[in-house]
Amino acid sequence: MKRLLSIELQKIWKNKASRVLTLTYFILLTFIALIASIKFDLGIFKFHLAEMGIFNFPFIWHFNTYIAAILKLFLAIVIVSMMANEYSYGTLKQNLIDGMSKKEFIQSKFLTVVLFATVSTIFVFIMSIILGFSFSSYTEFSIIFSDLEYLLAYFIKLVGFFSFCLFLGILVKRSAFALGFLLVWNIIEGIIKGILTFKIFPESNTAASIMQFFPLESMSNLIVEPFTRLSVVKNLGTQIGLDNIKKYDVELSSIIIVLCWTIIFIYLSHRLLKNRDL
Amino acid sequence: MNPLETILSIKNLNKRYGTLQALNNVSFDIQKGNVYGILGPNGSGKSTTLGIVLNVVNKTSGEYNWFGGTMETHEALKKVGAIIERPNFYPYITAKENLELVCKIKGINYAKVNEKLELVGLVDRQNSKFSTFSLGMKQRLAIASALLNDPEILILDEPTNGLDPQGIHQIRDIIKQIAAKGTTILLASHLLDEVEKVCTHVLVLRKGKILYTGLVDGMSANDGFFELQADDIENLITVVKIHPAVKNVVKGDGKVLVYLKDTLEAKDLNRFLFEKNVVLNHLVKRKNSLEEQFLELTKNL
Repeated sequence: MKRLLSIELQKIWKNKASRVLTLTYFILLTFIALIASIKFDLGIFKFHLAEMGIFNFPFIWHFNTYIAAILKLFLAIVIVSMMANEYSYGTLKQNLIDGMSKKEFIQSKFLTVVLFATVSTIFVFIMSIILGFSFSSYTEFSIIFSDLEYLLAYFIKLVGFFSFCLFLGILVKRSAFALGFLLVWNIIEGIIKGILTFKIFPESNTAASIMQFFPLESMSNLIVEPFTRLSVVKNLGTQIGLDNIKKYDVELSSIIIVLCWTIIFIYLSHRLLKNRDL
Repeated sequence: MNPLETILSIKNLNKRYGTLQALNNVSFDIQKGNVYGILGPNGSGKSTTLGIVLNVVNKTSGEYNWFGGTMETHEALKKVGAIIERPNFYPYITAKENLELVCKIKGINYAKVNEKLELVGLVDRQNSKFSTFSLGMKQRLAIASALLNDPEILILDEPTNGLDPQGIHQIRDIIKQIAAKGTTILLASHLLDEVEKVCTHVLVLRKGKILYTGLVDGMSANDGFFELQADDIENLITVVKIHPAVKNVVKGDGKVLVYLKDTLEAKDLNRFLFEKNVVLNHLVKRKNSLEEQFLELTKNL
């Protein structure tokens, strides 16, 4: 396992584009902290985002993992190109000839995906702890370490999404087209969602319960948007008469669905690799 | 050296690409210590055969096994050095780092990297990125990479393809050096003189079928033929036909080609004709080159 990872990391780290993107990703992650400095001062109306409670434990877990997940696209590019490059450089062929098995090849890529997800999760954890201690109104031990399932959800979300990217890289063999495919897939899911929600099953939950099985939708269901959960926004909602019945918890069903997709993507990647002539 | 140690054994290998039968019942064995050439025109199935045994192309049916079938293909490949068509390395990392990556894949230490770079004459450029190399240098790096593990067998697929004469010469020299050390080599090529110069055994492939397997010498070891010329060609032909060792006589280009069924030395033929009052302007005994043999073998299909 160590051997496979070290092979893969050497391939990625020596590549300038991948290195820059990876670094950018982690630097941008730290910029979440900058949200704390957003302040508006409009005379009588003073607005300081950090004091709105977004960095309160345990809400910060939800908020930070949601924001951090947006940045995953940077690593997605790295992962798609890490796979597609092997095809365009012909190095996949050479790796196999040099004595790597197809299974080991997929393993090394998947291990990298898991490593990226793990490092991101640890990074977000540390950053949230620091931000939380700086701004949170509550710093009791039991409160800090409640709602940690958002970190688990974040981890699974990244692994699932990156596995999807890996699969697309193998399927399409070209980085740009694979990323294009990802975008198109996103649009397709959006269109299906629109049709199901507004045309076929209006005024029922059937659409949502079908949509939850789609790969990207299931990944986004893992961490529901946190904004409407903020007390300020909530109050605003009740004032204009909206009853907020939304659930913000990490659902076990979403975790299982995303894990299933991860297994499917990795299995299909291996099958594609096995059956394709190079 | 144990001459019967089989490195690679292929039995009834078939490969189909859709309706195209790329390989048709190909069987052969590679014994340790020999230099094999796979000859065949483009598209005859050379690369497909190598691709299958190197785990990059899936077979349709048939069997092959490495080193007597004692290990899985990908494990066996760690003891094999192979270059397929064009050199494939990561363009953004240096020659040395590329070789180190191959070491990691093969599970060996970096000890041999420098030695092999020296062998192919790339020590000076070891810290240059692969993308800055010329095709000849890339191909030499590929050979260095294939030799990293001191392989039991070296497989080369069209190693001189696309190189300039100097590059071709360098690669051939390296191959000869390696062969001289007793490494088994399997060389696929459509260049006949390349095979003739380097190989001891040859395997001729056409449209996915094996036409000939055996020694290179065996392939061109016919009784040869004579090229004759005289002032009176018609008379020459009638006289030469009388000789018992002559199979047939062909006239062409102002010369007479005499094919034999038994061995016949030039001096004996000369004496025979002189005794019959035929005086020759020109007498050469020739053997078919591998090229002519090859064309002979492949044209009847």
